[in-house]
Amino acid sequence: MSARVDVRKTYKLYIGGRFPRSESGRSYEVHAAPTGRGRHATPRFLANAAQGSRKDARDAVVAARKAQPGWAGATAYNRGQVLYRVAEVMEGRRAQLASDVRDGEGLTAARADAVVSAAIDRWVWYAGWSDKYAQVLGGLNPVAGPFFDISAPEPTGVVAVLAPQGSSLLGLVSVVAPVIVSGNTCVVLASEDRPLPAIDLAECLATSDVPGGVVNIVTGRTAEVAPWLASHRDVNAIDLTGAADAVDVDWGALEESAAENLKRVLRPGGTGAEAVEPDFEATPDLSRLSAFLETKTVWHPKGR
Amino acid sequence: MPTFEYAPAPESRAVVDIRNSYGLFVGGEFVDAEGGTAFKTVNPATEEVLAEVAEAGEADVDAAVRAARNAYTRVWSRMSGADRGKYLYRIARIIQERAREFAVLETLDNGKPIRESRDVDVPLVAAHFFYHAGWADKLEYASLGADPRPVGVVGQVIPWNFPLLMLAWKVAPALACGNTVVLKPAETTPLTALLFAEVCQQADLPPGVVNIVTGAGATGQAIVDHPGIDKLAFTGSTAVGKMIARSIAGTRKKATLELGGKAANIVFDDAAIDQAVEGIVDGIFFNQGHVCCAGSRILVQESIAEELDHRLKRRLGTLRVGDPLDKNTDVGAINSRTQLERIEEMVKVGEAEGAERWDSGCDLPVDGFWFRPTVFSNVSQSHRIAQEEIFGPVVSVLTFRTPGEAVAKANNTPYGLSAGIWTEKGSRILWMADQLRAGVVWANTFNKFDPTSPFGGYKESGYGREGGRHGLEAYVKTGAGE
Repeated sequence: MSARVDVRKTYKLYIGGRFPRSESGRSYEVHAAPTGRGRHATPRFLANAAQGSRKDARDAVVAARKAQPGWAGATAYNRGQVLYRVAEVMEGRRAQLASDVRDGEGLTAARADAVVSAAIDRWVWYAGWSDKYAQVLGGLNPVAGPFFDISAPEPTGVVAVLAPQGSSLLGLVSVVAPVIVSGNTCVVLASEDRPLPAIDLAECLATSDVPGGVVNIVTGRTAEVAPWLASHRDVNAIDLTGAADAVDVDWGALEESAAENLKRVLRPGGTGAEAVEPDFEATPDLSRLSAFLETKTVWHPKGR
Repeated sequence: MPTFEYAPAPESRAVVDIRNSYGLFVGGEFVDAEGGTAFKTVNPATEEVLAEVAEAGEADVDAAVRAARNAYTRVWSRMSGADRGKYLYRIARIIQERAREFAVLETLDNGKPIRESRDVDVPLVAAHFFYHAGWADKLEYASLGADPRPVGVVGQVIPWNFPLLMLAWKVAPALACGNTVVLKPAETTPLTALLFAEVCQQADLPPGVVNIVTGAGATGQAIVDHPGIDKLAFTGSTAVGKMIARSIAGTRKKATLELGGKAANIVFDDAAIDQAVEGIVDGIFFNQGHVCCAGSRILVQESIAEELDHRLKRRLGTLRVGDPLDKNTDVGAINSRTQLERIEEMVKVGEAEGAERWDSGCDLPVDGFWFRPTVFSNVSQSHRIAQEEIFGPVVSVLTFRTPGEAVAKANNTPYGLSAGIWTEKGSRILWMADQLRAGVVWANTFNKFDPTSPFGGYKESGYGREGGRHGLEAYVKTGAGE
């Protein structure tokens, strides 16, 4: 009996809740990370990923902007439930996530499985913050006068995210979840060489209750697309974490473009000009969440 | 409407002792600038030269940064929070003791009415130091992250509109968190910062913890570019803020930027109209409109536009413009000839674009820099006077019909510093406050400030907050690693 010919997946972009190919019509080959004995062999072909363009990035920004008021306007409880639902869907798709992480990152099956577990748990951790961070980060200001004065965090708007090049699922989840839990929407540039888990995540998002446009994922060459996001006037903030180990990417130049409309910039880890990918196994704090928040302070007089 | 004649009631300037010339304050002492160049600071109400002030060049900035680094490494970062706090309490008390001196000097150098410097600026300065003194030994309770530690040497560049108050906003949290500072006051208003240096000496603040270098843009750029600076705090124009953001791109220097604004002051038809008029006047004519969060756009609901226009102009007719040292003065002098020319240019632009100009017609002194309270009506959103910051006593009036339209117009600006809402309907206040993209929203009040209340902008009004628990974030690093 001959082996079954399996049905393979076409990996496309994720923009506005849809899965388009790149408008440029381009794709690029994605290979498995070399491991063990195969290290010197020809890299194993995994898929042709869409090679996103400037226009794809701009379409993604439009979709993110359109989705932003509705997502920020949802109740915190609702956002928390919607994000928790994503974790449920990820749990159901463990096999595919683990397979793509294993191939892309060159891990053992057991290790890949542990990474998927950590990614799901990380997503649940952030989902739970949706109706809690405002109390932790905001509050009443005891001003010296007859005024009610309160400060509360709000989402900054549309955030461009350079996802980590190395940690293609746990790292991706660790940068995307803190951005959207507060009501931001985002355009994510997936890991250039390891983009497949990002599209798996997109499929989890598309089949949960996350509104289209809240997360948009572009695969392709980081050095080609990132400058367009950094200089885009309708992007409010940019996370440069994925500049570490990205080919031909100068994070300083991206930060300089971002100054044009005073984007909030989360710099990559490391010291000096060197960019280092953080250890995503470490327990996170609130810094990634608060990096994409604005504080609004409201005053009102008290009187009889 | 009849106005009462007021006899002049000038505050005495005998309380201040202005020296002929000032050096830089570096390492706890006044020193001459390396290049020996100096510039003059004038009283904008009389054009009288008040003093010559040293102009700091790159070498001077370098010396100040080295003094700050020494003080940071050897003294300030090692000192207990409780002891740092005691120095800040001392400073707060000395400012209270010398409050009148500071107020008069501020009014002389800046042109703002003594009523404001005496009742707003200087009391808030003391309050800022007193508030932050208490934080110095409580930072681990501030939810800033694990293990809060100082950032290092902080470069601070401040504007001329609230010279001493902006110094306090910058210096107090920096010192409370264990940082040392190199501060540059604006070139037209250096004198209260230099008097503050004397306060540091009286408080026996360790030398080098606070360094003050005077100069213009080049001095500020030298601070921004100095490799020994770990963090920058800037208040000023959005154009300069963007330059700073570009300058530090790709480095590990942190920055907070508090920049321009074009705030909408939104008046609904159910507002308490007289209170709203007072709020509008306070919103745009406080400090001659030299306020980044000034309510420079009035958005009035169409049905009451005519009535508001009438009441506003009647009120403006009673504003007393003139000698800033007179205790009855409401509106003082424009801070500099440059700023006066900028205001005059923008007003010409407004007229050329077809908006209708009105001013109070009051008499103005002959010498000095002055501008009458001015109202533009028939302004549309695309007019430059509705889009660009004028930074003077000029307000543009636009109308709206629905709350949704008010929000759309209020948010139609690259800025996002502040906004005002006037209505008696509570649910509408809260809905509007949610919709407005601005860092500070004043409802049925305007231009209120407090050390406990975070202040700062959305969008191109900058990033970071000053004041309150939030303001500490910029001055600490947390978590693992260096």
